[in-house]
Amino acid sequence: MFLHIDHINKQFTNNKVVNDVLVDINLTIREGEFVSILGPSGCGKSTLLSMVAGLSEASSGEIKLEGKTIKKPGKDRGMVFQQAALFPWLNVEENVMFPLRKEMKKKEAKQTARKFLQMVQLSNYAAHYPHELSGGMQQRVAIARALAMNPKMLLMDEPFGALDEQTRARMHAELEKIWIETKKTILFVTHSISESIKLSDRIIVMGTQPGTIIADIKVDLPRPRRFDQKEAIHLEKKINLLLKNEIDKVVKEELSYAANH
Amino acid sequence: MQRIIKQLVFFIILLVAWEGLVRAGGWTPDVMPKPTDVWQALVRGFGDKTLIYDLVASFQRLFIGLLISLMLGIGLGILLAKSKTADETLGSLILALQSVPSIVWLPLAIMWFGLNEKAVIFIVVLGGTLVMTINMRMGIKNVSPLYIRAAQTMGSRGLDLFLKVIFPAAVPYAVTGVRLAWAFAWRALMAGEILSTGPGLGYTLKYASDFGDMSLVIAVMILIGVIGTAVDYAFFQRVEKNVMRRWGLESS
Repeated sequence: MFLHIDHINKQFTNNKVVNDVLVDINLTIREGEFVSILGPSGCGKSTLLSMVAGLSEASSGEIKLEGKTIKKPGKDRGMVFQQAALFPWLNVEENVMFPLRKEMKKKEAKQTARKFLQMVQLSNYAAHYPHELSGGMQQRVAIARALAMNPKMLLMDEPFGALDEQTRARMHAELEKIWIETKKTILFVTHSISESIKLSDRIIVMGTQPGTIIADIKVDLPRPRRFDQKEAIHLEKKINLLLKNEIDKVVKEELSYAANH
Repeated sequence: MQRIIKQLVFFIILLVAWEGLVRAGGWTPDVMPKPTDVWQALVRGFGDKTLIYDLVASFQRLFIGLLISLMLGIGLGILLAKSKTADETLGSLILALQSVPSIVWLPLAIMWFGLNEKAVIFIVVLGGTLVMTINMRMGIKNVSPLYIRAAQTMGSRGLDLFLKVIFPAAVPYAVTGVRLAWAFAWRALMAGEILSTGPGLGYTLKYASDFGDMSLVIAVMILIGVIGTAVDYAFFQRVEKNVMRRWGLESS
């Protein structure tokens, strides 16, 4: 039991109306697993991830990493956000060195940064500033930055959601390669079914209103995966069916909201 | 290039029209001097070095005053951004003071410091501090939460988080604050000098007015305007632009 999410509940109170965001989430992830959390917008998948990161608190329940309860953010969990969140006043190399400042001498930190920039194939851009890079390159720097501090887990919150289709496909291949190389446990939040099938060992499908886990699907296909494989198409259809009800729920809610306002 | 030519033509037409109107109207230089009179006053002033002494003296006061106001402004801005109570109390006072031109403090300043440098510097400090405070506060408050969250996941918190992430992220606002503080301080300085003692550009303007030397009055006015614009254009706008681009707030 590497990561253990135990009876997590989350409520938001808005104008005295209590809103259930997550209800009784239980999930166990093994070391080295690539797990996707898939669900429609508003299902609380990002909230769940930020709880694992220690950036937000659960209303009840607890999350344990290797037996230790998560209370605060820490370097044992590297996080990659949808926006690269690179610091614009630092160049690429300095950005990757940011989490290493305290635990390493400058020379060692520099070497480590170089190593991970090489892994994401951006060695030549070490001296560039973030605004000089494309979105895909920025996201690769963010991945290098998260990996450089040698975390036990990599948490990714729709990391490729803001990229164009071609770039996203390239990033998938690169992430898969990095995952095989580093053997990191990855928790990957996405709303794209094909993305989750392409990348993960397991897909946790979440439903909405309130956010619950509605399915835990093992993806047992050889890598690298292709979308024209029969099994992949079959799996996509299956998940689509699961999510259809949930998306209908969201649409209905939105329509009734529109009608009442 | 086009723009410079347009500006050049515009100012030449302006000067010719000014010269022509004054000549046609038959006004004497003690009422309305011609551009040529103003030019002579400038040449005379720089020739006997009075304007040079004035410039040096004015810039000294400005430099000291601006430096103090920037330090105060950064400190106060951080305080207001970080403490809700300070923001609600001291913050409202600072906003109210912002609408009071700093020169109205001069009578009090003269009582406190005497009719000397210190009183003028006090006015300059007041002129610069408030606007720097307001900008610094905004800068800290507007730091993207994403940067803070990202830094937290990399083990940064407390003072380290402030010094390494929040403050650098606020730099674009701080630069705008410095630029505005300079502009306010420059105006405050001129007003203070007119009502105080010399040497200084403002003092020479008043001195010239006492002796009815309107050519010199206009010469000093032009000098004040040219310096104000030149420093803003050649220095602050450039720095601001570079920072905005680097910080990704403006597409290059």
